[in-house]
Amino acid sequence: MDTLALEAKANGQEKKSSAPRPRPKPPKKAKRIVYFEVEIMDAKTKEKLLLLDKVEPTSTILDIKALFHKSNPQWYPARQSLRLDPKGKGLKDEDILQTLPVGTTASFYFSDLGAQIAWGTVFLSECYGPLLIYLMFYFRLPFIYAPKYDFSSSKHWVVHLACMCHSFHYVKRILETLFIHRISHGTMPLRNIFKNCSYYWCFAAWMAYYINHPLYTPPYYGQQQVKTALIIFLFCQVGNFSINITLRNLKCPGSKVKKIPHPTKNPFTWIFALVSCPNYTYELGSWMGFTVMTQCLPVAFFTIVGFVLMTVWARGKHRNYRKEFHDYPTLRSPILPFIL
Amino acid sequence: MASTEEDGSVEEKENNNKKRTKSAFAVAWLTFYNIAMTAGWLVLAMAMMRFYIQKGTHKGLYKSIARTLKFFQTIALVEVVHCAIGIVRTSVIVTGVQVCSRIFMVWFITNSIKQIQNEESVILFLVVWTFTEITRYSFYTFNLLNHLPYFIKWARYNMFIIMYPLGVAGELLTIYTALPYVRKTGMLSMRLPNKYNVSFDYYYFLIIVMLSYIPLFPQLYFHMLRQRRKMLLGEIIVEKDE
Repeated sequence: MDTLALEAKANGQEKKSSAPRPRPKPPKKAKRIVYFEVEIMDAKTKEKLLLLDKVEPTSTILDIKALFHKSNPQWYPARQSLRLDPKGKGLKDEDILQTLPVGTTASFYFSDLGAQIAWGTVFLSECYGPLLIYLMFYFRLPFIYAPKYDFSSSKHWVVHLACMCHSFHYVKRILETLFIHRISHGTMPLRNIFKNCSYYWCFAAWMAYYINHPLYTPPYYGQQQVKTALIIFLFCQVGNFSINITLRNLKCPGSKVKKIPHPTKNPFTWIFALVSCPNYTYELGSWMGFTVMTQCLPVAFFTIVGFVLMTVWARGKHRNYRKEFHDYPTLRSPILPFIL
Repeated sequence: MASTEEDGSVEEKENNNKKRTKSAFAVAWLTFYNIAMTAGWLVLAMAMMRFYIQKGTHKGLYKSIARTLKFFQTIALVEVVHCAIGIVRTSVIVTGVQVCSRIFMVWFITNSIKQIQNEESVILFLVVWTFTEITRYSFYTFNLLNHLPYFIKWARYNMFIIMYPLGVAGELLTIYTALPYVRKTGMLSMRLPNKYNVSFDYYYFLIIVMLSYIPLFPQLYFHMLRQRRKMLLGEIIVEKDE
């Protein structure tokens, strides 16, 4: 890199020499850079895998991962976890070598995170699946119900409404994944796509089978029940969308600074005063609305399982917020105001 | 809706260090529990032997021990709680799956489907269970009292090699024999239309249960084999990072 810089300066000087001006002296070289030595060892067997010398002190962990990838092409950077201590936490990609508590010889422990897949791919597969599967049941494609019902249409208007709501929910999620969400981890383990897709797709099929069944029984309290449920559903969909927008606006593109989300002018975000993860709260509300709208036990079951999962995630996020920010508002609960 | 899995590891380690020193109360309770269970299954074993010796046939044997069996097998649910609160260092899921499969067999198969109670497969798994449980509970008891006779440790970590497959065979055969009766009576099933918009077919559910033995049984079996290598042969096994 130094020789190139010298060449560029020389060229500049050549051009300037055409004008009758005294040649400016080239600036003195920057103070001597202390190069680091990096040793990478296997976290389990402690076997030395790679020794790098002449590593720039301003290199990031990502640069080191890229260098490791060159000598071990089967471990691309996303799959590498480098740690200072074999049982400690993985170092972040953007950490700079000279800021780490290491001498001029840095030792990192490597473990393989397994095959990785981009989070966007997983999210999109999770959402396209239920969208299409539900529609297959809605249009009563052959081999699902008895042949005489193939391609028939339900006579209950709540079934058509349910299809619109379910599809709207997943279309909204797909658009949010494409344009709104900003996730800090670039990838996740490959097996997650099988786990997550099975969960969403199987539940979607189970729910859709009963809602679109020729022997479906409409809700007990009729129009009143459906209308109330629809209002709850739409309210929570708008709420969830508002929260996702607010969370997106918290992070500037490229910046990794974490901030506490606060209520904004949008009334749907006022719930931030009481809850750390209102996106999950609104999601729960949407599915409760959908359950009441369809009065279908599999939907209730899906709502309950989703609630348990989201509570676990909300509590994790809430704990992280409390750890990261010492002035984190104490009034907030993870997912349900004052309760959970 | 992806979950991040990084956070819990450091906290878990701290918890493990705390739980390693069991309270005296926990030890006393566990000792009492394991002695009681050993006694219970011994009673079952003796009742079964006495019936067979007196009557010379296995017909009616199940009926004679049904209440005792249901009592002691159901109490085993407590073991899941033991794992959950940490006084026993086993995975909640492994224990949960084992106990649930037993409860399912006792309450939802042999108790509910009277016609199969005199089948030989029932006797098969009953004998296997009795043998396994007596070994297991006496192993735990002696372990807690710090006086473990080698033959019990040997039995616990070796007999399962034939007992497990025999037990599974007995259970699967029993469920398979029960299928026609389930289909005929339509028991525990719900059909459309109904106001909950759900249906449940116990017959197909049982078929799925039988199929689930295929992935689950090897996992439990290899778990026991790994335990055997660790406990009996002193091998140190490097667990996969997952």
